[in-house]
Order: sequence, then C-alpha cells, then structure tokens
Amino acid sequence: MRFTKKDILDIHSLDPEEIALILDTAMGMKEISQRPVKKVPTLRGKTIVLFFQEPSTRTKLSFEIAAKRLSADSVAIAKAGSSMAKGETLIDTVKNLEAMRPDVIVMRHGSSGAAYLVANRVDCSVINAGDGIHAHPSQALLDMMSVREKKGRLSGLKLAMIGDIAHSRVARSDIAGFSKMGAQVWVCAPRTMIPAGIQALGCTVASTMEACVADADVIMMLRIQKERMNDILFPTEREYAGWFGLNRDRVALAKKDVTIMHPGPMNRGVEISSDVADAGYSMILDQVTNGVALRMALYYLVAGGSRHADTD
Amino acid sequence: MRTLIKGARVLDPGKLDGNKTVLISGQTIEAVLDPSDSVPGNAADLRVVDADGLVLVPGLMDIHVHLREPGHEYKETIATGAAAAARGGFTAVCAMPNTVPVNDNAQVTRFILEKAGIAKAARVYPVGAVTRGSAGTRLAEIRDMQLAGIVAVSDDGRPVENAQLMRRALEYCDGLSLPVFVHAEDLSLVNGGAMNEGPAATFHGIPGIPNAAEAVMVARDILLSRLTGARVHFCHISCEESIDLIRNAKLQGVRVTCETAPHYFTLIDEDVKGYDTRFKMNPPLRSEKDRQAVIQGLVDGTIDVIASDHAPHSREEKDLEFDRAAFGIVGLETALPLSLKLVQDKWLPLDELIMKMAKHPARILGINNDIRPGNPADLSLIDLEDKGVIDPERFVSKSRNTPFTGMAVQGTAVATMVNGTFVFERRPAQ
Repeated sequence: MRFTKKDILDIHSLDPEEIALILDTAMGMKEISQRPVKKVPTLRGKTIVLFFQEPSTRTKLSFEIAAKRLSADSVAIAKAGSSMAKGETLIDTVKNLEAMRPDVIVMRHGSSGAAYLVANRVDCSVINAGDGIHAHPSQALLDMMSVREKKGRLSGLKLAMIGDIAHSRVARSDIAGFSKMGAQVWVCAPRTMIPAGIQALGCTVASTMEACVADADVIMMLRIQKERMNDILFPTEREYAGWFGLNRDRVALAKKDVTIMHPGPMNRGVEISSDVADAGYSMILDQVTNGVALRMALYYLVAGGSRHADTD
Repeated sequence: MRTLIKGARVLDPGKLDGNKTVLISGQTIEAVLDPSDSVPGNAADLRVVDADGLVLVPGLMDIHVHLREPGHEYKETIATGAAAAARGGFTAVCAMPNTVPVNDNAQVTRFILEKAGIAKAARVYPVGAVTRGSAGTRLAEIRDMQLAGIVAVSDDGRPVENAQLMRRALEYCDGLSLPVFVHAEDLSLVNGGAMNEGPAATFHGIPGIPNAAEAVMVARDILLSRLTGARVHFCHISCEESIDLIRNAKLQGVRVTCETAPHYFTLIDEDVKGYDTRFKMNPPLRSEKDRQAVIQGLVDGTIDVIASDHAPHSREEKDLEFDRAAFGIVGLETALPLSLKLVQDKWLPLDELIMKMAKHPARILGINNDIRPGNPADLSLIDLEDKGVIDPERFVSKSRNTPFTGMAVQGTAVATMVNGTFVFERRPAQ
C-alpha cells in the first residue's frame, strides 16, 4: 500500500488502512531509535519547519528528534520571534515559509482548523501538531501504536477516557482513532466537560467513573487544565480528584492487565494519584518513546514517499 | 416627467392584486389604473415601462443592514451599500449604528443622511445607538438623533447587558414612538463561541454558542416590554427557543415583533465545512430543527420581517483562522432570491413574503408604503421566473463574503424605483 496523503491534519481524514500503515511504519522506525547510532539518511536534504504558535515542550522536541534521526534539516520558529507576533496573518506567514521551499511544515496553533487553512494554501506537506481543541493526530497515533504494541491489537478493546473531553484535541483524535480501529471508547467527566454530540465521534458517555473504567483494557486520563478554572467547569481540584481522579480502587475495577495512559503533563493528585502514575501498569513513558518513532513514520510517509521503501 | 409601468401584476398585499397600470408623476404615484383605462394628462412626457410578466410591489425594505460608513469604508460605503440594496430590489434600508464613530449623536446621523442623499440609490434610514458609543452604560441623545432623522435605536452588534438600562431605554423611546431593535445575546453564554453549539461544533473543535445565548435575552426583553408597555423588535432571530418565546408573547398581547435573515432558513451548522469562514456569522447557523422552527415562525406569523443583516467584511478579515475571522455575511443582493425560495417551496404565498419584506418593515418604522395615489413612488419590480446562480463577482457591494456562491436561485429584482426615479434597472436580456 502506498501512502498518498499530502498532509496529516486529523484522524478523521485517515482511513483504517492508512492508520495501520502509519503504525506499522512507526514500529520499523522504533528499531532505529534503539541502535547505538540513531540516525539513517532517509530524509537527507529534506527541510522540515517546526512552526509552533503555542507553547510546547514534548511534542516539539519529539518532532525535532524524529527529524534528526531521519537526517532531515529541521528549523524551529516560535511565536515570540515570528512575524505573526508583529501582526502578520497566518496565511502571509506560511506563504513566506513556503517560499523557502520546506518539504514539511509541522504546525501547532491555538485556533481549531488552522492546519486546514494552511494546508489548503501551501504545496508542501503539513503535519498538524495540535490545532485549538480540534485535533492532535500524532498524539492519537502514538497512543494507538503504544496500545497495539502492548495488547497486540486495537479491535475489541475497551478504552476508558476520563477528563475534559470538551477542551481536548487529544480526546477528539483518540476517540476518532481508536473507534476507527475497532476499539470501544467510553468517556466520562462532569457534564461541563462533555461537549454536545460527542457520541457522533465514536464513543459512549458513561454515567459514572466506575461504569467507565469497569473491565477497561486501557484507561486514559486527560490533564485537568488549571487555566480552565475560570470557565466554571468544576469548583476545586480537590472535589474533581474525589469524583473523577484515578486511584487504586478505581483501577481495580478494570481488567487485571489494564494499561494506564496520560498524554501529559500530569497533575499528580488531581486526575491521577501518584501511586497509580508510578505503578507498573502505567505506560506513560512508553508513549513518549513511541512518539519519536511515530513522528519519524509520519515524516517518512509524507516526505520520503514509498519510492524509498526499497532503498532504506 | 411621468412614468407609466404597465403590464405588471401589481401586488400590494391586503390592498391590491391584479394587472394594473401605475402612473408615476414626479416623485409620487399619481394613479393606479386598470389596463383599459386611458392615461390622464399629456402623453408627450410619458415614459412607458413594459412590465409584462413581472410583479410590481411596494418598495422592499431591509431593516437590518450594516453600511460601514463612517469608519470602515474599505468594507462598504453608504453609496455602495445603497446601490447594492437597489440592485437587490430594496428601496430602503435601515443602517445600523455600529460604525466608527458610532451613530450615537445627531452629527453622525446627519452625515449618513447627507451621504445617502448623494448616493441616489436606495433610501437610507439611520438607526441610532441606544447607549453612548453602544458601550451600554449611559443613554445616547436619542431625541436629538430623532430630530436629525433616525427611525429606530439599537446597539446592534452587542446587547444592552444592563437590564435596568434597557428598561429605561424602552420607556424613553416609547415616549418618542421610536422602535428599539434588540440584538439579543447573552455574552456570558457565548463565552468565545464561534459557531452553533452542537455536534458540528464538537466535530470541528470550535467553541459553541448555545441557543440559550439568544433566547435568555429574548425572554428578558419580552418581560421588560411587558413591564414598560413599550415596543420591542428582535433582530436576527435564529433559534426555536426564541421563536417559541416570541409566539407566546404575541399571544399575550406583548408589543413585540421580530425578524430573521435568509441564511437562518436556508443553511444549518452542518453546512459549515472545512473551516470555511464565509459560513461564520452571529448568531450562528443553527441546527436543522431550528431552521424548521424559523420557517414555521415565518409561516404562522411569529416572524414579521425578513431582513438581510448585510454585514460586509473585507477578504483580509475573513481569510483567517475560523475563531479569528469576522462574523457576518453580505445579504442585500441575495435576500430576495433566497426568500423567494420560500414561495417556490410553498411555505409562503407571494403576498405573505412581500408583507415580510415590504409592508411589515414599513409598519414597524411607521411608514405607509401602499401603492396608492399621493404616496412616494418607491416600487420594486420582480421577475419571478428568472433563473440564475449566485455569483459574488457580480455584486455591487464592496464585499464578497457570502456562503451562497454558486447556489441556483429563481427570481430576482429587475428594477427598483425610489421617489419616482429608477435607481436600478436590469439591462434587457440579450
């Protein structure tokens, strides 16, 4: 199978075969990261621009390391130093970037749909590294990769997702991705964090935390964003932790071999207790490791093309 | 100079409907004749307009338009907006006061009327601000503006958030017999939303605007109308809850009227695809259930008026991230064809549609626009059969921000007469 998409904008626009191809490719890339010399010449001569208009540490670093491991040249521009801070429009900024002939633009932006806006205007590939509360496809793909690696499959698994679904691009992308691959996705949170019509993305809204995690193969905890406190979503972190925090008692309701995930950064003692976060069934750090391999796969598929498949 | 319009079906809802000949002398209607009647007076200075197969109606009035001048002339000017109105079949528009500076004093009102006088297109009726700068803190000098020529007041673009101030505004304007046009929006419920709250917004990750953001303010101002006995006109009603509230208020005898815009009975939130900002307006496109409720409100008379909420914006203000793009679409040159679809789909008879686009707007403003001798000759000539496709490149308006590009429509204005003069005439085909 050839990968023909120019851009990776969201999970919705990928079909299950494409998702499987990305995950398979990422598994191959993971091997590279385990070598003593973690570098292959696959994307030598390619230029990747990391265009991050929102703060990011891990995602940006992950994309940057992934580019280096494939020998691509990567350049990062941040909001503070960019001409957007001087009032230039997004389209003007990326048209300028495009004029320097990059092969891939990796972008993060605070507005939902920003990656669509850019992808429609540039000829190079665009990888969405998070747009507003819309999508974060590379995160969802690395989550699927990690779960598939651990459980051997995605189809038929029960994924319980707890937290602020309404304001989470990770949640939207994970719901779409896991459900496309045949998993059952359950979500729960205070009603203030469940957006209208979320079921249409492919999930069931559980009435209680207990029902949500019962017999779950995977529990994914979303970060409670302290800056959302002004949105009147919940009264205190203390009350939230009591109602929807993941602790040992709740983990015990899930399957014995349950895997616990968190897209990070964690608020220990709020959405997840420290003992659960550090326990053996957590694969939070595996997610980070797989993130590099997954992003290498995305670069390879959009910029390397399958014509390189035989030579490397 | 006299003009004779003959051959048309003359439709003045509730007054006239039939093949009549209308004689216009100078600025006024001189006579409405049967086809067989002889034309009185000297035939030498008579221009005869053959309107066979067309419908002649009282001048259409769009009571909700943003002309952007003064201040935002790059989006629209009074001249281009009034010309776009004439092109769309409107003989008059109400110009909302959210210009820069705001029309909150008689000087700005006089400026608008002066520009409109030069434009020689549709009439422009200025709407004054309720509060100074539309800032919602102190009443504007409303009587002074009325003396200068405003026909209504509104803080359109934003709500009057303070209920006590709104109460006083209603009472004050009641004494001046000025209608208050209400932009019903609870900003705390909008909370940064950019499209209708619902599955489509959730899918796109766009913060939603719930129906209640509109309806709670509709409810408040119905109660304030009951309290004060003053008239309230609700602008751009978009959702079922508001329509239910207004229907009920009317049954109770509360003095409320309301308008909707063509996009609310034509499109829904599911039509917003690929973050296309041409579909972004406030209030937002709602659900199919709301669209049906708007049509029902038009059918049962709850909704009195169709107004375009013509909101021109430059390309630069729309070619942006969805949440940063400006709210609003142009409407003057699409309102009539889109509304005629209600007639083609048999939701409304033509006379009811003309009521909502000509007679009710006039009644709300206290203007008599009957087609009768002595009245100003403000008339719209419509071709119900003309088939076309909406093409923004042909708009007279300065702006092109419409979601209706490429839509097939039937029916269009072919001539617009203001004060006895044609301000728009379609070139004869071929």
